[in-house]
Amino acid sequence: MSRELPYIAAIDEAIHQEMARDETVLYYGQNLATVENAPFVSDFGADRVRVTPISETAEIGMAVGAAMAGLRPVVELYMAEFMLVAMDQVTNEAPRMRAMSGGQVKVPLVLKAGYGFAAGWAGQHTGVITNMFLGVPGLKVVAPATPADAKGLMATAIRDDDPVVFLHHYLLTLVHGDVPEGEYLVPFGQASVRRTGGDVTLVATGWMVDRALAAAELLAGEGIEAEVIDPRTLAPLDMPTILSSVEKTGRLVLVDQAPRHSAVSGVIAGEVAEHGFGLLKAPIVQVTALDATVPYSEPLEAHVLPDEDRIASAVRSVLGTAPVAA
Amino acid sequence: MSSKPDLTWMYTQMVRIREFEERVKRTFTDHPGVIRGHTHLADGVEASIVGSVSTLREGDQVLATYRCHGYPLAMGTSADAMMAEIYGKATGLCKGIGGSMHLTDPANGFLGTSGIVGQGIPHAAGAAWAAQIRGNQDVVLSFFGDGASKQGSFHETLNVASLWKLPIVFVMENNGYNVVTQSFQEDANAAAGQDLSIKATGYAMPGVTIDGGDPVAVHEAVGAAVQRARDGEGPTLVESKVYRLSAHGNLIAPPGVPLHYPEHEAIEVFGDTEQYAAALRGDPVPRMRGRVVSEGVLTSDEAERIAQEARDEMQAAVQFGLDSPYPELDEALAYVHAS
Repeated sequence: MSRELPYIAAIDEAIHQEMARDETVLYYGQNLATVENAPFVSDFGADRVRVTPISETAEIGMAVGAAMAGLRPVVELYMAEFMLVAMDQVTNEAPRMRAMSGGQVKVPLVLKAGYGFAAGWAGQHTGVITNMFLGVPGLKVVAPATPADAKGLMATAIRDDDPVVFLHHYLLTLVHGDVPEGEYLVPFGQASVRRTGGDVTLVATGWMVDRALAAAELLAGEGIEAEVIDPRTLAPLDMPTILSSVEKTGRLVLVDQAPRHSAVSGVIAGEVAEHGFGLLKAPIVQVTALDATVPYSEPLEAHVLPDEDRIASAVRSVLGTAPVAA
Repeated sequence: MSSKPDLTWMYTQMVRIREFEERVKRTFTDHPGVIRGHTHLADGVEASIVGSVSTLREGDQVLATYRCHGYPLAMGTSADAMMAEIYGKATGLCKGIGGSMHLTDPANGFLGTSGIVGQGIPHAAGAAWAAQIRGNQDVVLSFFGDGASKQGSFHETLNVASLWKLPIVFVMENNGYNVVTQSFQEDANAAAGQDLSIKATGYAMPGVTIDGGDPVAVHEAVGAAVQRARDGEGPTLVESKVYRLSAHGNLIAPPGVPLHYPEHEAIEVFGDTEQYAAALRGDPVPRMRGRVVSEGVLTSDEAERIAQEARDEMQAAVQFGLDSPYPELDEALAYVHAS
C-alpha cells in the first residue's frame, strides 16, 4: 500500500519508524524538540530526542562517540553547508574509526542535511557540495530525488553500520509522490532508471532528475528517446547500471547542480571514459552549474544552474543535431 | 575503586608504562625503520594516567588522544598486541592499521582516540550520552592536552556536556607545551597566571587543578569527579599538571632520514636546561617508588622485582612485535565499511 506524501514527510516517517523499531536510534539537532509535545520527543522521550546548541563539531563528534558506544544517532543539520564548520568530524573522524581500530568499532550514524536551496538564499546556503563528501573511504553519501526514495534511503541509512551523509534537496521538500506505507528500504548502490530510451543516457541527481525528465519529454517531441538514470546513492555509486545504459545508447549526458569541477558527474565521466570508451559514439557532455558563487538576484541564479533547455541542447549536440552547448 | 587506592597496583602500572615507552623510544635506534610516522610517548605522565584510570569500574569507558599508550596498558590491554600495532604487524591490537596514534581496545573499555587535536573530546561526550541512556551509572573519561583547550571542540563539548549533565570527566593533561609552544604563549589564562581549570567556570561545572605527578592526588580528584558523574550531577574539568619527559614526538623527517627522539623542547628550542632538570627531579616514577618503599607498602626488593618484571614483559613485547608478520595485503580494504 502507498499514498501520497511530501518528500520531507517521507523522511520524517522513515526516522519515526526506525526509532519505533530500534531503541538505539537517536534524533537530535538545533531547534529540534524545544517543547515537550514536539513530534518525536513526545513519542520517544528526551533521552533519544534532544535539542542541541549551535555546535556542529560537538553534535557530529558526539554522534561518532555515541555510535562507537552502540547507538545509532541521526543528526539534524538542516543545511549541508553547516557541516563545513565541522568537516574534520565528517570526513576525518566518523569514516576513519572503524578502519583505524582494525574493525573493532563501528560508526553507524546519519548526518541529515538539506542542500541546493536555489531560491534566493544567495552565496552560502545554496551550494551543492556533495563532492566534498565523496572519495572518503568509509563514508556513504545518498541523495534521494523522490519521496519514496527519501523514505527508503533514510531507513537504509539508519540501519547501515557505517556513517552516512543523507542529503535531501531543499527544492524537493514539498514535492508529493507515492510513498509505500510501513517498512520500506531502498538499497544503497542501486540506481533507479526513471525513464527508458535508446538514444542517449541522461544521468542526474536530486532536483536535477526532474529537470532531466522534463528535458527528456521535450526531446521526445523531436523523436529523441532519452534514458534517465538517478544513481540515488553517490557513494556507493552504481556504475554497472550506467554502463549498461551507455552500452545501449552510446551517448552520455551528465547533469549536475554542482559546479563543473566539483560535480559527481566528473566521477561518472571518468569511470565511463575508462570502462566504457569503446561504447561511446560521441564525447561525454556534462551539464553543470557555472563556476560561480550562486547569485542572489533571481535571473542570475537561474542563469548559473542547468535547466531543461541546456540539458536538451547538450543531448542534441551528442546526437549531432546541434552544436555543443556552452 | 576510587575509595582506597592500591599503591602497589599504581606503582606496577606506572613502571609498566615507563618501561613500555622506553622501549618504543629505543626501537628508533635499536631497530631503525620498524616504527614509522609520528609517535608520542607518555613518559612523565604515568601518575596522572594510572591515578585516573584507577577510579574506573567495569562498564566505564576511556577515550584519548594520539598520545595513547599509557591508558590501555593500565586498563588491561596486552603489551604484546600494543607493541605489534606500533610496529605495524598483523598481530597488532588494530591489526596494524591504526598504528601508534590509534590504539583501540573496546573490550577493555578503551574506546579509541583521535589523532586530531581536540576532536576526540566530543566523541567521549557521545559515549557519555550512551552511558547516560544505559542508566547503569557508567562514566566516561576524556583525556586531552592543554593545547586542545584552544580548539572549538573543547568549548562546544564542555557546554553541551554540562547542559545535559553527561556522566563524563574531562581530564586535561597540562604538560605545558603545545608541541613546541609553551602554554603562556598561546593560552590567555596561562598568560594571566591562571590555572587552566578556570575554563570550567565558563561552562557551569567544577574545575580543579592538581599535581599530576602524584597518583594518589589524581585518584582522589578524578575519583571525586567520577563519583559526581555517577551520581548524575554532570561533568568536571580536571587540570592535571604533568611534564612529559620526552619531546612531543619523534623527529619528523622524509624517508631516508632515520627517525629518533630529539631533546625535549625545553632544551632543544628554549635552551632552558633548568626547567628540564627540575622536571627530572620531579619524575613521578622514582617518586612513587620512593613512596611505596618509604611508606612500607613494598620492600626495596619487592619494588625492584616489580620493575624487573615490567622490563621483562616489555622486552618480550618488543620481541613479539619484531617476530610478528606484516598483515596480508587484502587487510588494507577489510575494515573500510562495516556493511
